[in-house]
Amino acid sequence: MSHPELAHPELAGVEVIDDSGDLSRSEVLLKGALAAGAVYGTFMVGPYVRRALAMSGGGDVDILNFALTLEYLESTFYREAKTRAGASGELKNLIGMLAADEKEHVNALTASIKQLGGKPVAEPKFDFPYSDTAGFLKLAQTFEDTGVSAYNGAGPAIESKEVLGAAGSIVQVEARHAAAIRIQNKEEPAPEAFDPTLDEQQVLKAVEPFIA
Amino acid sequence: MPSSTAPETGELSRRRFIALSGSSAALAAFLAACGSDSGTTTTTATAPAKSGGSETEQFGKGDIGILNYALTLEYLETAFYADVVKSGLFKGAELKAIEKFGKEESEHVEALTAAVKQLGGKPAPEPKSEFPLENAKSVVELAATVENLGAAAYLGQAANIESPEVLASALAIHSVEGRHAATLNLMLGKSITPDGAFARPADAKTVLKSVEPFIVG
Repeated sequence: MSHPELAHPELAGVEVIDDSGDLSRSEVLLKGALAAGAVYGTFMVGPYVRRALAMSGGGDVDILNFALTLEYLESTFYREAKTRAGASGELKNLIGMLAADEKEHVNALTASIKQLGGKPVAEPKFDFPYSDTAGFLKLAQTFEDTGVSAYNGAGPAIESKEVLGAAGSIVQVEARHAAAIRIQNKEEPAPEAFDPTLDEQQVLKAVEPFIA
Repeated sequence: MPSSTAPETGELSRRRFIALSGSSAALAAFLAACGSDSGTTTTTATAPAKSGGSETEQFGKGDIGILNYALTLEYLETAFYADVVKSGLFKGAELKAIEKFGKEESEHVEALTAAVKQLGGKPAPEPKSEFPLENAKSVVELAATVENLGAAAYLGQAANIESPEVLASALAIHSVEGRHAATLNLMLGKSITPDGAFARPADAKTVLKSVEPFIVG
């Protein structure tokens, strides 16, 4: 079993844990994200995310707000990356497209939460620790793979068919993004036959390091 | 594929939720938000709730029918990739990628077969298939068509699935099909997200009609 995430030197500490061999890929993914935060020195608890859960209109509104937080993260990440990632050519175009897609997801989720009578969570402030294109790409891969796992994990808890269909239409796009970013990193676009799932708590822990 | 047995309460509550919720106002809002794209989105996105169920019933009732429908598509994908590998049209990194995708499709076949049995159903038989394999480019084009269609097929069924466990498995496969589709689109120099920021579903009728030419006998 290969865990491409672990190829990153700054995540080397994680590999020891994986030696047990009984961790699911999603656990490794999560630990990778946590380790990245720890190494970059941004490991702190973000109150925003928990507030997003606490404010809740319940049910689907909670889940949509959870998704909105992730989409805010991705949207901000790519918007910044347009000028920060040092990208050119094909990658620059890809970043522009990803930024546009994530922004559309933010808008759609916001509108949907309002429509369900909920209150969209406020946009958190983010802090993305990278200084070059390679660092950007590593974070992008973590975010896209985590996003896929987050939507897939939340899917079965969604009550409304319409919300489920919409979430499905977003997660497929996240999976497509993930594949493209992984190819940029020269890694398998679809490393496993079944994408791992993450539950809400795992996802929140994974993204907290990036919330300022 | 999660193979755990279904906690009854989960299943029940989901069925109930489906029965009680699903206001079309929410749908309208979301689609309006997704919006800029076109009226097509609206049409196709509403399709699964209306027509998906009946079209998959030829494969069995409820989730069993949906799983067998998916199994049929996965059989076709697996056979397609096996034929492509045998064709000798690809070498090196491209061949490796094709083999990897093919192996993943065969894992989907195994998982779906097991899931159908677990639900007490009879797995759909493997269809006999034949694919035009003329040259490398046309094969990648066909692969992209098949994968994009496969992803759309899973998306089209998501809201019809009753069991949360079956849904979890279908979602875990759905996003992998999306990854395959994006990769093949990229190989062709096409957009990784041909539908834009929101992927479009396809209903079973449309999908089955599209794969019909490849089923023989």
